[in-house]
Amino acid sequence: MPDDSVKKTVQVALGICIVCSLLVSTAAVTLSARQQQNKRLDQIRNILIAGGLYTEGIDIESAYNERIVPIMIDMETGERVSEDKFDDVLNPKDFDIKAVAAHPMYGKHIARDADLAQIQRRPRYMLVYLVQDEGKTTKLILPVYGKGLWSTLYGFLALEKDLSTVSGITFYEHGETPGLGGEVDNPAWKASWKGKQVFDKEGNVRLSVIKGRVDTSRAEAIHQVDGLSGATITARGVDRLVKYWLGENGYGALLSILQETR
Amino acid sequence: MKEYRKALLDPIFNQNPIALQILGICSALAVTTKLETAVVMSMAVIFVAAFANLSVSFIRNQVPGSIRILAEMAIIASLVIIADQFIRAFAYDVSKQLSIFVGLIITNCIILGRTEAFALKNPPSISFVDGIGNGLGYSAVLLVVAACRELLGSGELYGFTVLPLNTEGGWYSPNGLFLLAPSAFILIGLFIWILRTWKPEQVEQE
Repeated sequence: MPDDSVKKTVQVALGICIVCSLLVSTAAVTLSARQQQNKRLDQIRNILIAGGLYTEGIDIESAYNERIVPIMIDMETGERVSEDKFDDVLNPKDFDIKAVAAHPMYGKHIARDADLAQIQRRPRYMLVYLVQDEGKTTKLILPVYGKGLWSTLYGFLALEKDLSTVSGITFYEHGETPGLGGEVDNPAWKASWKGKQVFDKEGNVRLSVIKGRVDTSRAEAIHQVDGLSGATITARGVDRLVKYWLGENGYGALLSILQETR
Repeated sequence: MKEYRKALLDPIFNQNPIALQILGICSALAVTTKLETAVVMSMAVIFVAAFANLSVSFIRNQVPGSIRILAEMAIIASLVIIADQFIRAFAYDVSKQLSIFVGLIITNCIILGRTEAFALKNPPSISFVDGIGNGLGYSAVLLVVAACRELLGSGELYGFTVLPLNTEGGWYSPNGLFLLAPSAFILIGLFIWILRTWKPEQVEQE
């Protein structure tokens, strides 16, 4: 029968704790480099997918370095952020959208009535990506996120050079129901976004995910994407996050600056 | 040798932790929409169950009764974190889908149940085998349920198309119910029914 004295109890408890914490910290420290690398590659892969540059089996890292130029922009003005302002949190290399949004200085609270995407906070500075083709910028890739049914969806939306035609969309992180809301990952559905127009003639954001199928005979069809059956709330979340990020509270300033200089 | 075989194989059909003891069904609902996630989850549970039993059995004569459960939980939690870290490092895509469910193995009643009921009373080697056996019993149900759900819900098995979907030019119209949690209850119910028809001694006395 084990000895139940206080001394013995403390000894055993301490022993177990030390051994367990050693094992856990060893695993966490030795594997963390690999985990970070996985995360980074997954992000890069999704940037390439949004930009239409990804095919199975390519070297992700070199494709990214060759074709993508990340630039840091100020969401308020749409201007490029100069490099001397970069620090530990704000730099293109380790830009983590969640950390920046939560940061007291670099993040911004969104007023409830403007919070279409239901995200409460967003970064003041964003890292957006330009797709280069022989020295010329051909596409603009914008990080977007917003609430679905169970989770926040994080993804990228790519626009063509005219800044109104959608080139691609992809989500790299979400917790929606597989087969229902999870169909945001369906390649056929993602492909249906290509060629849709974000803005109408007056410059309003018209791009929307509708309920049911798009009636292609109608003029609005150019702004509409099929809904996801069985995933009304996820589809509505995608609809709202797209409207939020492309609107004046999102990348509006950046898009109008780029529009002028074009 | 015979008792080792019994410890390993009994939990698969005769003493199945899910089907007979109805333990651990919470995660069985959550991770069975696809075979791939179910396989990774099964391996994680087998690993944790086996090593939790082994370690608890090693210290069974040292640990005072008053902190017995705490000690068991500390060991189980550490093993689960290690399993989770490995999945994140080596199967990143699956880890994104499993999200918190690997962490929730800590609360899986099968693991604590086996350390309490078996490892505290038996020597390390047979406890280890018992852990593997119970992990396998859990896996058996998980794999059957996941195979049914993936096949009927999305027309695939392990990510390969078996029934071509009508949305992609095939003929099969997927049944969305199988992608939702209630279908796992129905399938586990059917599994228990079939098992108890085959082995009537598992039916509870009225």
